[in-house]
Amino acid sequence: MLREITLGQYYPADSAIHRLDPRVKLFATLLYVISLFTFRSIAGFVVTTIFLAAVIVISKVPFGFMVKGLRMIVIILLITALFNLFLTPGRTLAEFWIFRITEEGLVSAVKMAVRLVYLILGTSLMTLTTTPNQLTDGMERGLRFLKALRIPVHEIAMMMSIALRFIPILVEETDKIMKAQIARGADFESGNLIKKAKAMVPLLVPLFISAFRRANDLAMAMEARCYHGGEGRTKMKPLRYRKQDGIAYAVVIGYFAVMIAVRVLV
Amino acid sequence: MNFIEARKLVHEYIRRDEEGNVESIQTALDQVDLEISQGEFVAVLGHNGSGKSTFAKHLNVLLSPTEGSLWVDGKDVTDGDKLWEIRKNAGMVFQNPDNQIVASVVEEDVGFGPENIGVPTREIWSRVDKSLRDVGMTEYRSHSPNKLSGGQKQRVAIAGVMAMEPKCIVMDEPTAMLDPNGRREVLEAARRLNREKGVTLIWITHYMEEVVEADRVYVMDSGRVVMHGTPREIFSEVDTLKQYRLDVPQMTLLAHELRQAGVRIPRGILTRQELVEALCRSY
Repeated sequence: MLREITLGQYYPADSAIHRLDPRVKLFATLLYVISLFTFRSIAGFVVTTIFLAAVIVISKVPFGFMVKGLRMIVIILLITALFNLFLTPGRTLAEFWIFRITEEGLVSAVKMAVRLVYLILGTSLMTLTTTPNQLTDGMERGLRFLKALRIPVHEIAMMMSIALRFIPILVEETDKIMKAQIARGADFESGNLIKKAKAMVPLLVPLFISAFRRANDLAMAMEARCYHGGEGRTKMKPLRYRKQDGIAYAVVIGYFAVMIAVRVLV
Repeated sequence: MNFIEARKLVHEYIRRDEEGNVESIQTALDQVDLEISQGEFVAVLGHNGSGKSTFAKHLNVLLSPTEGSLWVDGKDVTDGDKLWEIRKNAGMVFQNPDNQIVASVVEEDVGFGPENIGVPTREIWSRVDKSLRDVGMTEYRSHSPNKLSGGQKQRVAIAGVMAMEPKCIVMDEPTAMLDPNGRREVLEAARRLNREKGVTLIWITHYMEEVVEADRVYVMDSGRVVMHGTPREIFSEVDTLKQYRLDVPQMTLLAHELRQAGVRIPRGILTRQELVEALCRSY
C-alpha cells in the first residue's frame, strides 16, 4: 500500500523542455507565477493560455497526466471560488436566504479559479520535466548568490538529494516494520482516526531509530570518501548553458514583457 | 617503514554522563601491534566485539588512537594536516550496502569521491568508467542503486572507493549482510583488484572461508591481536581458534577431526583438493 506513494513525480520523455537547463526552468516558473497575478483583462488571460498551451505541447507530457495533479486541489479551488463568489461586495445578481451573488464576485471567482489552475499546471510542468537531481543541482547553482548571506546553499542541496535517495528505502522499511507488527497482531486498519493514529506509534519508533542509524552510517561513509562540504569540490555533471537555454530565456522574458504591456495598455 | 604500521595502538570508548564525568571505559583496542606492506591481502578475523571494526576505522581516521601510534602510507594518523590525504589513500567499504551509497544514480555515486577531492570533470568521467569496468558494473551505470542486489551494491561501493585511486582498500565486514552469491561476487571483485591493480586489501570479517586466499591473517579477540600468520598456520590451530569462538572452514575441521581420530594427515588443510591428496598419500 505504501509503494504507491510517488514523490517529485517526473515524467520521462525526450522533449526540448526536458533538455533545458534546470536553472532556466526554475527562473521561467518564477516569472510565470508572477505573471499570473498581473492580468486583469481578457487579453492577458489569452496570452497566458497560449503560452501555457504551447509549453505543454512542446513538453510532450500528456494533458491527462497533468490534470491528475489538479484533483488534489479541487477542495481548495472550491473554497476560494465560493468565498469570492459570495463575499465580494458589489451589484447584486441573485439573492436567496442569506447568500448574495454579486457581479464582481462572479468575475473574481472565475479569475481566482483560473489563476489557481494555471498555477498548478505551470509548476507541475516543471517538476514533471525535471528530475529531482537536476532540480537540486539547479537550485544549488541558481541560488549560489545566497552564499553571500551565509546561507549554506550546497549543504541544503546535498540534504535534499540525500533525502530523495532515502525515500524509497525508508518506505520499504516502513512496509517491513508494518508487516512485522501485523504478524504480531497489530491492527492498522480498523477504528476511528485517533485509534489509527495511536496504532502508528509502534511503527514510528522503530522507523525513527533505524533512520538515525542509517544517517550515522551514511555520514561516516561520506566522511570516509573525503566529503567535507562544498569547499574545493568539483562536479561530475556541471550545469552548462547551451544555445537552447538562451533562446528559452529570451522567450520567457518576452512573454513576461508582453504580459506587462497588456497590463499597462489594455 | 611498512605501508601500515601500528605500534601499541590503544582505543578506549569512554562513556560520560550528563555532567561529563566518566561513567565507564571500554577498551576496544589493547596494545595492537601490526604491520602490512604495500600490495598485500591481509585478513583481520575476529568475533563480534573483538575490536576489528574499531581497528578498521582507525585506518581511515574515522577514529583516533587513545594511545600508541599508527602510520598509514608513512603518515601519522594523529597529524590533522594529513587527514584528507590519508582518507584518500585508504578507501573504506562498510557493512550495510544501502547506507553508504549517496547518489540516486550508480555512476553519480561512483563520481562522489572524486568530486570531493576536486578532480577535474573530464577526469572524473574517465575514472568512473574505469572503476565501473573493474568491478563489472558498467551495464548498470545509469540504474538507481535501489534496484540492485546486495552484492551489486557492494561492488558499486568498491567502485566508488576505487575512483579515488587509493593505495589500499579497507573492507569492514563487507559481506555480513549478503547472501552466499553476493558474498562470492564481492570477494572476487576485491581479490581481482588486489591481484591486477596491486591495491593493498585489508579484509575484516568473521567468515573463515573468506580468508583462505589471504596472504596473512591477524586474529583479534577482546581488543588484542592473539594470532598472526599465513592462513595455513592459523588454521592448523583448530582448538585455539575454537577458544576465540571462530569456526574453521569445513575441510579444515574435517581434517582436524580425522587427525584426532588417528588418521595420518598433515595439519592446516584448507581445501577439499588438499584433503583428497593428503588422504591418497597416506594410504
